[in-house]
Amino acid sequence: MSSITDPPQGSFRLSMLINDTRYRSLTFQAIAALILALSIWYLGNNLIQNLRQAGLNISYNFLGNPAGYDINQTLVEYTSRSTHAQAALVGILNTLLIAFLACVMATIFGVAAGVLRLSNNWLVSKLMGVYVEIFRNIPVLIWIIIIFTIMTAVMPAPRAFRGDEPEATMLLNAFAFTNRGIYVPAPIWGPGSLVVVLTFLASIVGIFAYRRYATKTLYATGRLLPTFWPSIGLFFVPTILMHFIMGQPISLDHPVLGGFNFSGGLQLGAPLIALWFALSIYTGAFIAENVRAGIQAVSKGQSEAAGALGLRSGRIMSLVVLPQALRVIIPPLISQYLNITKNSSLAIAVGYADVTATLGGITLNQTGRAIECVLLLMLFYLTISLTISGVMNVYNNSVKLKER
Amino acid sequence: MKKTAFYGALTVAGFAASMASAATLDDVKERGVLNCGVSTGLVGFASPNANGVWEGFDVGVCRAVAAAVLGDAEAVEFVPLTTKTRFTALSAGEVDMLSRNTTWTFSRDVDLKLEFTGINYYDGQGFMVPRDLGVSSAKELDGATVCIQTGTTTELNLADYFRSNNISYEPVPIETNAEAQQQYLAGACDVYTTDASALAATRASFEAPGDHIVLPEIVSKEPLGPLVRHGDSDWGDVVRWTLNALIAAEELGVTSANIEELAAAPTGNPEVNRLLGTEGELGAMLGLDANWAVMAISAGGNYAELFEKNIGENTPIGLARGLNAQWTDGGLLYSPPFR
Amino acid sequence: MSDTSNTVAFVRTETIPQMPPPAAETGAIKWMRENLFASIPNAILTLVSAYVIYSILAGVLPWIFNGVWNAQTLAECREILDGTSGACFAVLTERWPQLVFGLSYPASEYWRPSLAFVLLFFAAAPVMFFDLPRKMLIITLFYPFITYWLLWGGTVLIPILAFAGFVAGYLVYQRFVAGSFAAGFFGGVIAAMIVWYIGGFLIPDGANQNAMLRPVASRDMGGFMLNMMLGVTCVSLSIPIGIVLALGRQSSMPLIKWICVVFIEFIRGVPLITLLFVASVMLAYFFPPESSVDLFLRVVIMITMFSAAYIAEVIRGGLAALPKGQYEAADSLGLDYAQAMRLIILPQALKISIPGIVNIAVGLFKDTTLVSVISMFDIVGMIRGPILSSTDWNGVYWELLGFAALLFFVTCYGISQYSQWLERRLATDHR
Repeated sequence: MSSITDPPQGSFRLSMLINDTRYRSLTFQAIAALILALSIWYLGNNLIQNLRQAGLNISYNFLGNPAGYDINQTLVEYTSRSTHAQAALVGILNTLLIAFLACVMATIFGVAAGVLRLSNNWLVSKLMGVYVEIFRNIPVLIWIIIIFTIMTAVMPAPRAFRGDEPEATMLLNAFAFTNRGIYVPAPIWGPGSLVVVLTFLASIVGIFAYRRYATKTLYATGRLLPTFWPSIGLFFVPTILMHFIMGQPISLDHPVLGGFNFSGGLQLGAPLIALWFALSIYTGAFIAENVRAGIQAVSKGQSEAAGALGLRSGRIMSLVVLPQALRVIIPPLISQYLNITKNSSLAIAVGYADVTATLGGITLNQTGRAIECVLLLMLFYLTISLTISGVMNVYNNSVKLKER
Repeated sequence: MKKTAFYGALTVAGFAASMASAATLDDVKERGVLNCGVSTGLVGFASPNANGVWEGFDVGVCRAVAAAVLGDAEAVEFVPLTTKTRFTALSAGEVDMLSRNTTWTFSRDVDLKLEFTGINYYDGQGFMVPRDLGVSSAKELDGATVCIQTGTTTELNLADYFRSNNISYEPVPIETNAEAQQQYLAGACDVYTTDASALAATRASFEAPGDHIVLPEIVSKEPLGPLVRHGDSDWGDVVRWTLNALIAAEELGVTSANIEELAAAPTGNPEVNRLLGTEGELGAMLGLDANWAVMAISAGGNYAELFEKNIGENTPIGLARGLNAQWTDGGLLYSPPFR
Repeated sequence: MSDTSNTVAFVRTETIPQMPPPAAETGAIKWMRENLFASIPNAILTLVSAYVIYSILAGVLPWIFNGVWNAQTLAECREILDGTSGACFAVLTERWPQLVFGLSYPASEYWRPSLAFVLLFFAAAPVMFFDLPRKMLIITLFYPFITYWLLWGGTVLIPILAFAGFVAGYLVYQRFVAGSFAAGFFGGVIAAMIVWYIGGFLIPDGANQNAMLRPVASRDMGGFMLNMMLGVTCVSLSIPIGIVLALGRQSSMPLIKWICVVFIEFIRGVPLITLLFVASVMLAYFFPPESSVDLFLRVVIMITMFSAAYIAEVIRGGLAALPKGQYEAADSLGLDYAQAMRLIILPQALKISIPGIVNIAVGLFKDTTLVSVISMFDIVGMIRGPILSSTDWNGVYWELLGFAALLFFVTCYGISQYSQWLERRLATDHR
């Protein structure tokens, strides 16, 4: 920090390495480099000696060998003959799936709870306060286990649906809630369904185009076009019309009880649901606090000023308060997303096949390649985290207050 | 022992233990305690009772080795290990031996550089289903949801079996036996599969064991045995021959009841004499006392006594000897001669 | 106008007594109208919440009050309940020592961890509440050594020796710090090392065997005690490391900054559970071949690294929040880097960061439950392992999980309330 404008002249003495600010930082860095190199050498040397003594080696060849085990939820083609690398890929995709689902759900929970906590309804705000405190102060592992136990011990087994007078029945004959998961009807894509899907996509583009047009009209002419109902209409009407025009190409495959399990339909496994719900409701409590803090951080003068300009309360929220609150909310929100991704590694407690369970669990156990598996695992999470924080930095720079 | 000040301090403080994998036997003797890796809780094989004292068949093997080496069956530190940590713990020297219903396979023996010192239980993978499911053969399990303990050979066997019979199933991988039990009882899976012995033990702990049946199919060979690190044959010999001594004792009719009498003076049977150290120097060859086998057998009895006390037909687990009978009784137990 | 008011008969001359407000605008009704039924959506929300609260209480309260506290097994407990809804809290009374102290901590020695726990309050109080007499810090100073001795037992010479090392280090530091901080610091470290090294020879072999307190191996410790031990140890160790990392990250020396950034970002980028895997399956390979290190110590190392990285980021925030004038003022007084940090910057930066550090500590304490995944028997591990797999208590989930949740809630809620109190207090100091 301090700088010497007129450095003393003279020959170099050894004590200057410590006492002269010009050299001191070099000295310290040299010492640090030396210590770093020594510790790396020491640890590496121990590793090599230990491995040699145990007769082991570091090799990633096992990734190409058949994994030999089955996975219950696979997003890509996988059989027990696939390789360990493929099993790791299945795990990675499952991790990303649960992380994405939980992020969406946690945001919904969090925003709802955060807004409701500021509500002037006494009972609701207190209830949300209790929710936030309870979920924030109990470890997420305990929550995951509790919710998984609720799933398995309280929900009926598929057996209960059997018989003439079953103990449990399906909802609307289409949804089955069992302790192995939730079965929902799955769409069957008949011929011509592509047209329907394209229509749907086109109508979504249409909604955005209409909204832009409405904004433009507002700025150009001051005329306020209705947006809500036209958007809803655009969302549903063309797709449903096209569905009937094409002769109902998309039909539903209802889950049916057969054999040991429900077959047909789409199954959301109990581990997935338990983990999804537990992560969302736990992280939701943290997000609620962020949302509350964010809204409270917008000074009251802002909404009063907006009110003085004649804006209605909905527009005050959407045009004045929220854009400013988001600047405060989003950075902690993204770090909560990061936490969800990292906490999804607790899937191992409920038997969800994420990357920690496949690569860091079964593959590690079966091959005994502990060092390799743990290193790959850390590399994966590190990549995800650094990517997300990279995105966050870009966002932070883009919303930075541009002071002139 | 105190190689550096740092490790010396840690060792004294009880946080570190020095070990030299070149001579585990010397380390154990110097330490005065045998570190034995066991399962985290499987009734009958290794589980702590309400007082925290470890009991079971695998635990009995640890105690026998401790008695043979140190002369004290209580000088064992039991280290509960999961399926994930067991091999690393052994390789890294955290435990001296592993007696944790571990299947002897080629890759564990050769690739993981472990040394299996014998087989103390011949097992095979079986299936347990609720009686009211009405299933009588594993081939009828098409489409069933199956609970498996992860990290064991069972999930590989399961995949192979269902694949070769061309039937489908849905695996539910579970970390511990306790949770698998919970899942199975709640009906979250139709079938629970693991080693037949563990199935029997699990079934025994149910409230109504009669409501569940073990299917007749045994889909794999699961030779379970104690293991040690590769490359320390002296120590491997100690564990191997302690186990053999237990098996031979049964064959020769040496029990914990009559061992004092038999060991007091040479008997008419020279093999008993060699085993019990009243003749020859087998103990010294192993680097142990002459009465090493006497100590090992008195620790918990011979093989048959250990079996009957922990998992035999009179215990809640109720396993028959089956393959685990002496070769003279039509089983597979066959100790090499003590000569 | 004033004169007419006196003469006109129909104008009141005295004020009428105040009427009570209408019933709808007073007391409980007014409060309810404003706070519960202000609008129709609000009223719906109120009714929904009331129903939620009712259904939760209706399910849980009978279950709790009908609980059975005395039974030996689950079957016996179900018999007593005889089909009615009720909790089997008997599992808590029967397995109480296991839940708190773990599987194999010797029962005759339970007083030792209990005493250590009580002492923790005395040791933490002077750190947490600044109003208490500063002399109480002496308890804090001695606490680690006393607790180590209480928990692990063995010869009393070890904690005494460890303490002697710290004293020697401090004396040397005091002697040399006037000259230069680096000289004082490294001199102190070397002095402590020498004391420990020489002292190591003074402890006789087998001193543990006939010690006053029976030695207990760390793998015999478990239950909630293990969570507390890990939480307290790792948080206290990670604060100094976190400070060093935060200073290193702000350093102007590129190499040191680079090392700290890589370390912090690496640790923060991976889940704690992978670090625990490292502790359980990998770390053993990095120690010298002729020794093996206790799992407890390995886990402490990894969790400490984990929380140090997070604490470093909190402290960095505190450092960044200080006005630049503080740094410049320190420089203009002619203080060198160590003096400026020690006397000017850190006291202020740490004060700002305390609430953040407390939050990290709460999170870390909750995360100590993850050690159950690597087969350590902390409270969650005890529940999921030995207790639920025992024949007697196979199937009592809610009582056990609820108990664990309650313990954590009480501890963490307490700490977070403290943190809020502290925040308020520190905030007023600035005005």
